[in-house]
Amino acid sequence: MTPAGGGPRAVRIAAGQGFWGDWLEAPYRQVTGGPIDYLMMDYLAEVTMSILQKQKSRDPSLGYAKDFVPLMERILPIVVERGIKITANAGGVNPRACAQAVADVARRLKLEGRLRIGVVTGDDLLGRLDGLLARGHELRNLDTGRPLSDVRDRVRAANAYLGAWPVVDALRRGADVVITGRVTDTGLTLAPMIHAFDWRPDAWDLLAAGTVAGHTIECGAQCSGGNCLVDWERIPDLANVGYPIVEARPDGTFEIAKHPGTGGRISVAGVTEQLVYEMGDPAAYITPDCIADFTTIRLEQAGKDRVRVSGVKGRPATDKLKVSVAYFYGYKAVGTLVYAWPDAYKKARAADRVLRQRLEGLGLEFAAIHTELVGADATHGHLALERLVVDDLPEVQLRIGVRSRDLPAVERFTREIAPLILNGPPSVTGFAGGRPKPEEIVAYWPALLDKSMVEPCVELVEV
Amino acid sequence: MELAHARSGDKGDTANVGLIALKPEYYTILVRQVTAARVARHFKGMITGPVERFELPNLHALNFLLHGALDGGGTISLKTDAQGKVFSTALLRLEVELPR
Repeated sequence: MTPAGGGPRAVRIAAGQGFWGDWLEAPYRQVTGGPIDYLMMDYLAEVTMSILQKQKSRDPSLGYAKDFVPLMERILPIVVERGIKITANAGGVNPRACAQAVADVARRLKLEGRLRIGVVTGDDLLGRLDGLLARGHELRNLDTGRPLSDVRDRVRAANAYLGAWPVVDALRRGADVVITGRVTDTGLTLAPMIHAFDWRPDAWDLLAAGTVAGHTIECGAQCSGGNCLVDWERIPDLANVGYPIVEARPDGTFEIAKHPGTGGRISVAGVTEQLVYEMGDPAAYITPDCIADFTTIRLEQAGKDRVRVSGVKGRPATDKLKVSVAYFYGYKAVGTLVYAWPDAYKKARAADRVLRQRLEGLGLEFAAIHTELVGADATHGHLALERLVVDDLPEVQLRIGVRSRDLPAVERFTREIAPLILNGPPSVTGFAGGRPKPEEIVAYWPALLDKSMVEPCVELVEV
Repeated sequence: MELAHARSGDKGDTANVGLIALKPEYYTILVRQVTAARVARHFKGMITGPVERFELPNLHALNFLLHGALDGGGTISLKTDAQGKVFSTALLRLEVELPR
C-alpha cells in the first residue's frame, strides 16, 4: 500500500453488506478473494433504528445488528492476519454493547492484544429530545412542516446522521474495527479515504468524490450486476456475484472493481443505475461531510469489470445534520387469497367488493383500505391493465390491506379474510398461511438539527 | 425500439426514477419527450403529488421525483411496492415518437 518514494498510492475499500439482511457470504468472500485494505458494512435503514430501540428497551444489552457478531467471528482471524480494517454502522442504538460482543468473540479467538475497536456514539438524541424542543429546536418534519411536538409522546427513536469525521478520528487513534451508531452509509467509505490520504475538512471536491464512491458501493452488489436491468439476462454467474471494491487514489479519482473469478458485471451502465438510485436533486447530494454534485461525475469503462470515476465536484457542507425520528403511527394488516381460472381477475375483484361491503357493514373505520390484484395490477397499476387480457389470467392473488389507529378494527379485519373461502366467489385457494397478523406501524420523521447541537464521541476498546 | 433503462427507489412518500439512455444519442430524445408533465400524465391515478425532473447530461440520464407515489411510504404503506422499486419499469412503458 505504501510504495517506495512516498505516501499511499491507492486504497481498496470493499463493500461487505448493503443492508441488514444482505448476503452473509459476501464479507467472507471480500476478505479472502483478493487484496483489500478496508471492509465497509452498511446495516442501517430508516426503520431499523426503531426495531433496534425496541430490542434495547426489552434487554439493555441489545439494540445492535446481532448478525454482525457471528459474521465477525468468521472473518476476524483473517482480517487481523491481513491487516484489513473494518467500518460498520452495525452498532445501531447500542454501539458500545456491539463492540463488547465483538471484543468477547475476539478474545475467544485468542486475538488478545491484536485488535483495537473504535466505538462512535453521540448520534442518539432520544434522551435529549425534550431539552432540544425546550431550547427551540422544533425538529419540523421535512416533508409536512409539522413540529415534532405533534408526535412527541409517540417517539420511539431519534438519531442524528453523523458523517465520516468521527470514524476518521477512530481510525487515526488506531482502531482496526470501527463500530458506529447512525453514521451515514457514505461516511463509512469516505472515512478510510480521508484517513489514508489525509484529506482536509474543506477539500470539498475530494470529500464529494469519496461520497460518490460511498454511494456507489453502499448497496453492495447493486452496482456490480445485482438488480441490474440493463442486459440483465446476460450478466454472468449471479450465484457467485462479486461485491464491489473501490480503488481510491489521493487525487479523488477512483475505480469500481471486484475480485477476479467472481460473477456479476461492473459496467458504466450498471454503475449509472446505482448512481441514480434513491437520488433527489443530483446537483446537491447533501451529507454531513459535503454537498456532492452528481452532474459532474465522469464514468468510463477502464477494463473488464472496471469503471473509472473522475471529475467529481463538491461544495461546502451545510451547518445542519439530518435527524431521523421513529414514532408510533398505528396498525396495519395485509391479507391474501388466490383465485384461479376461469375469470380469476373478476372473481378477485368480486371478493374485494364483498369484503369491503362487510367491513362497512361492521362499522369499522380505517385510515386506508388498499386492494391490489397480484398478477395483474399490483406493481404497475392501470399501466399494466391497458395491455393485459385479464380474462386469460391463470390465477390472480387478491391482496388487501388496512391501516388504522384502532387495533380492534385491524384485528377484526384479519378475521374477515378466511370466511371468503366458503362464503365468497369460487375457485379460491392459497390461504395456508392462516389469518394475517396486525403489525405495529413505526413511521419515519425526517428533520434537521443545527450541527452544533450534536457532539460525536469516539471511544476505544482494547481486546 | 428500446431507448432507456432505469432504476428506482424511495425517499419517504416520494419515488425516484432514474431514466438512463441506452445510447448517448438517445439522451436528447429523452430530454425533449420525457418531460415532467408527460411523466405526470403517464402516472395519473398512481401518484397524488407533482413530478419533478432533473437532468444529468454527464450520465445521459434524467431523474424524476414522483411525489405522493407510495401510499405514505416506508412502513406506513400498504402497497406491494412500498419502496418504489419497480416504478422504474413502469416508466419504461411510456412510448415516445422518434424524430425523423
